[in-house]
Amino acid sequence: MYLAGYMKKGDYMSKAILEVKNLTKVYRIGLIRQKEIVAVNNINFNVKEGEIISLVGESGSGKTTTARIILRLLKPTSGNVLFNGKDIWRDIRNKKELKWYWRNVNGVFQDPYSSFNPTHTIRFVMLRTFNLFDEEIDYDTKINMIKEALKEVGLIPEEILDKRPFELSGGMRQRVLIARIFLIRPKFIIADEPTSMIDATLRLSLLDLFLKLRDEFKTSQIFITHDLGLATYISDRILVMYKGEIVEEGIPEEILNKPSHPYTKKLLESVPKLYSKWLT
Amino acid sequence: MNSLAIGEIMSILDIKNLKAYYFTKAGIVKAVDGVNISIDRKIIIGIVGESGCGKSTLAKALSFNVEPPLKIVEGDIVIDGIKINDKNVNEIRRKILGIKVALIPQSAMNALVPTVKIRSFIKDVLKEKTGYATLEIFEELAVKRFKELNLPIEALDMYPFELSGGMRQRVLIAIATLLNPSLLIADEPTSALDVSTQKIVLETFYDIYRRGLVKSMIFISHDIATVRQIADEIIVMYTGKFVEKGSTEEMINEPLHPYSKGLIFSILTPELIVRERVRKAKEVLLKGEPPSLINPPPGCRFHPRCPFAMDICRKEEPPMIEVERNRFVSCWLYEKR
Repeated sequence: MYLAGYMKKGDYMSKAILEVKNLTKVYRIGLIRQKEIVAVNNINFNVKEGEIISLVGESGSGKTTTARIILRLLKPTSGNVLFNGKDIWRDIRNKKELKWYWRNVNGVFQDPYSSFNPTHTIRFVMLRTFNLFDEEIDYDTKINMIKEALKEVGLIPEEILDKRPFELSGGMRQRVLIARIFLIRPKFIIADEPTSMIDATLRLSLLDLFLKLRDEFKTSQIFITHDLGLATYISDRILVMYKGEIVEEGIPEEILNKPSHPYTKKLLESVPKLYSKWLT
Repeated sequence: MNSLAIGEIMSILDIKNLKAYYFTKAGIVKAVDGVNISIDRKIIIGIVGESGCGKSTLAKALSFNVEPPLKIVEGDIVIDGIKINDKNVNEIRRKILGIKVALIPQSAMNALVPTVKIRSFIKDVLKEKTGYATLEIFEELAVKRFKELNLPIEALDMYPFELSGGMRQRVLIAIATLLNPSLLIADEPTSALDVSTQKIVLETFYDIYRRGLVKSMIFISHDIATVRQIADEIIVMYTGKFVEKGSTEEMINEPLHPYSKGLIFSILTPELIVRERVRKAKEVLLKGEPPSLINPPPGCRFHPRCPFAMDICRKEEPPMIEVERNRFVSCWLYEKR
């Protein structure tokens, strides 16, 4: 079953943990004169165990819609998403199964302000994560696990546990979200522009946390970003999305050295580089 | 200034030991704390640094936008032979802003008056600066400048909101340089724009410079990859001070100051060489955040974040060392003893 679908030769050794097949999402707007917007148009891809792929594209290219469907927050118009061979819309029917899914597939988002309830302390936010767990865990163990996770991402637990989101800097809030991921330790992470609000100088240390998850726990990841530079750094494979379709796919070396689709070429040309100049 | 020898080029900008502080209730914020720049030729200088390092305050001081709580505490700014200090700043400002020096402040493109057409706005600017704004002057300056910069003449009869962000920024560049100032200072001129527009705006800046409509430019931005495209020299600023200066190529290829290294090596561009460099440069990656400018650390202000900090760094402030011709770094690692 894992050999089915969209694979290139040489890939048969490692199995696909996530398969996206003919995925389409059409938004209908308006009451009387309905207008259809095809946000995602028949896309296919897979992600292997321990692989990081990037979906790169401008706003409106359908990358966030794709992420939301995979996170099972949005129902696709047609097509399937298979996680470990299970169709996430057909085979996940009750709360318990959904809990299992989110325990295994979880996300980190762009704006840590909107991911947190401002009145909750970090302690509360982190404790609530345990709702996804089946195991019975006592309070002290939970707190110890939370402290470990916070340390893992470079935070000092004693300093922040009783703070509320607005008392932390943007970088710290984003680290808390990643600490949550370290706590859940899902098999699959969807990161939607997780560092776009962070100063460039702090971004790398955050990105390295994702690399650590891949290298230590073989966590598969999808990075959603508009930043081709970030994608080059973090991904094993880059998928370029344009107007709801995947127009190009390859390892970073291929995408940078031999871009084939005009959109990829345009995207590459428009980004300022460090080692070449536009103006002559 | 009267002592200038014949044939000597008068400097466009000369700043010595400039200190500009904010006097706030919480304390004195030393946003610019002892900065020297001298520009005596056609050149584009890029000033880069993290947010909160004093870049924008420097831009304000350079263009005499010095309003309380900001004050120039020490040092003179000499522009085209005119000396400016805290006492005469507001009086001189009207005389030389837009004439000798022009500033495009951060997010200026959102500051165009929404109910006034570009044409009337330009007329107001000209009236303010030249005392009169006849149709001829307008034709000669504004229309000509728009044509030179390939800006659509129709834009003159539009309201700011009818223009795209990139177009608004380009119109602003045209307006700011109508009277061919010697020095143009741009503060984060491309950061609010998307990548494809950034390129067009940058080209407009370069056009202005190449045609000699301004003699020199100071380009302030946190985005080093963009600054790198246009600047001849790059200055790295940290907590109100310059820490390194050199030609753009030298600065990009071989930054010397540990802070510059951390800053430049943290940029991710879609280039394989950048990826390799970042993977190797883990040691110099910046940790933590810049210190408060009210109570900066003693000695070298970078020492709490510096992976190479030595004893002396915690006690004494490093001097500006000229390691090669026109290549300066303020770091004890480069002091030969």
